[in-house]
Amino acid sequence: MNTTTSGVSTSVVPIPLAAPITVGGSGRARRNATTEPRWVQGLLISIALAFMTLFLFVPLATVFFEAFKKGVDVYVAAITEPDALSAIKLTLIATVMSVPLNLVFGLAAAWSITKFDFRGKSLLLTLIDLPFSVSPVIAGLIFVLVFGLQGWFGEWLRDHDLKVIFAVPGIVLATVFVTFPFIARELIPLMQAQGIEQEEAARVLGADGWQIFRRVTLPNIKWALLYGVILCNARAMGEFGAVSVVSGHIRGQTNTMPLHIEIVYNEYQFAAAFAVSSLLAASALVTLVLKYVIEQRVKHQKRGNSELGEHAR
Amino acid sequence: MILSRSLLKRHTVLPGFDLALGFSLLYVSLIVLIPLSAAFLRTFELTWQQFLDATTTPRVLASYRLTFGASFLAALLNAFFGLIVAWVLVRYRFPAKRLIDELVDLPFALPTAVAGIALTAIYAQNGFIGKWLPFKVSYTPLGVWVALVFIGLPFVVRTLQPVLEDVNRELEEAAATLGANRWQTFTKVIFPVVMPALLTGFALAFARALGEYGSVIFIAGNMPMVSEITPLLIITKLEQYDYAGATAIAVVMLVAAFVLLLVINLLQAWARKRQGGL
Repeated sequence: MNTTTSGVSTSVVPIPLAAPITVGGSGRARRNATTEPRWVQGLLISIALAFMTLFLFVPLATVFFEAFKKGVDVYVAAITEPDALSAIKLTLIATVMSVPLNLVFGLAAAWSITKFDFRGKSLLLTLIDLPFSVSPVIAGLIFVLVFGLQGWFGEWLRDHDLKVIFAVPGIVLATVFVTFPFIARELIPLMQAQGIEQEEAARVLGADGWQIFRRVTLPNIKWALLYGVILCNARAMGEFGAVSVVSGHIRGQTNTMPLHIEIVYNEYQFAAAFAVSSLLAASALVTLVLKYVIEQRVKHQKRGNSELGEHAR
Repeated sequence: MILSRSLLKRHTVLPGFDLALGFSLLYVSLIVLIPLSAAFLRTFELTWQQFLDATTTPRVLASYRLTFGASFLAALLNAFFGLIVAWVLVRYRFPAKRLIDELVDLPFALPTAVAGIALTAIYAQNGFIGKWLPFKVSYTPLGVWVALVFIGLPFVVRTLQPVLEDVNRELEEAAATLGANRWQTFTKVIFPVVMPALLTGFALAFARALGEYGSVIFIAGNMPMVSEITPLLIITKLEQYDYAGATAIAVVMLVAAFVLLLVINLLQAWARKRQGGL
């Protein structure tokens, strides 16, 4: 662009002395140089909204629309029939069992990874992330290979009259696997950033391990912990592929809500399928609201912390 | 005591290392390591020829083509529209922006089976959108693509947003003073900065789509050779008690997933470097 003769630039761009920098002529057409013309903004916003409407808002609205299309009576009947109730119950059981397991693991893993320096740390981090990249179907399959009738422990389990696959324990295991990283992954970056000085100070002042955790660490991580629990909970309630492989689809016994939806849908009871779906969709919306509330809290807390930091200086 | 003596690199005053790491290792082994290794060890029981036979039949190959192809195209569409959505959410002001920003995460929170039946209903021939289209979407490979677009939508947006927020406005001002118009500033200044993040988002969406099952099977129609995805084929083999066949295909998909995981890690390291340099 610049044609230079003997080192002197000949193409001089006029730079307005007064900020802000504007382009596009005079009067009302003047605008900031680091943003787009109005019509471009409008066009891009329209494209973004159209895309999200087509792929997000319409599907979400459809769930509730189809659920109530045949009236409230059909809706209530669909979610109170015995099979639906037992599916709701099993979903809650699987969630209530798998979330605390991953909560304890998340805390233990985060404590060891962020407070200590040890060999093999990055390997452990990789292993924690691994379930996210495994297809849900394969997550179910691997537990069939271990606990199924043809699996490693299949015969032993049968001889002792224990059932894992096609029973509740298998459903819990598959759910634990697919929700495995959620809580640990929320905690590790935060606790890494917080360092170990506070815990060390508490230790030097004579606190024992439990006191350090409860009085120093836990207050620092409570929002991240809750955030992880909410994400873990949402995924646990909605898991389909992994649970589908290990459940055996026994009506009233090993069907979770998503599996119940599949069965009812395949029997062409669309209103009933969407009715049960609407419960899960509503809980997804609650998840998003809680997520938002926590994000605001954390932002607030961060601002407070940085203000404190300013004062300290 | 054994763990802390053999693994710890530094002396520490903090308690709980043995208990925390011991429990973590036990739990990771029981839930992740042992079950996943079962898939690989089971496959080693097959001869190489048996493995090839199980993973390269025409029906399996057709399912790879559909799964990888539809996932790639869905991630591509998400990369394009995700960039626009992220840009609009970071740069512009418009009504209900907060709400729309929150709803980007809907595909993370909405169970896949629910998404599956909703999309099927909408894109069926008598559906809300399907009735206006001159071609079939539900029960065709196009339906697979629609479901995978839905599933992958948040990845690109959420990867790009923080990077776009960090783009140095002074660079843009500098570009403007040097005579660049907005399009030139975008393609020559902004895009190179966000490109690694865009690629990361693309790879994340692609990886997620490869393994997706719940949302796809309702809308796909599941015709062998035409609209049958690989995860469904694994389930079909399992239901026929062909454990070896199911596991062999699963190993192929696992290897693909692990390679992608490696690529994503490299991309993220690159993105961090690119951002740190500015």
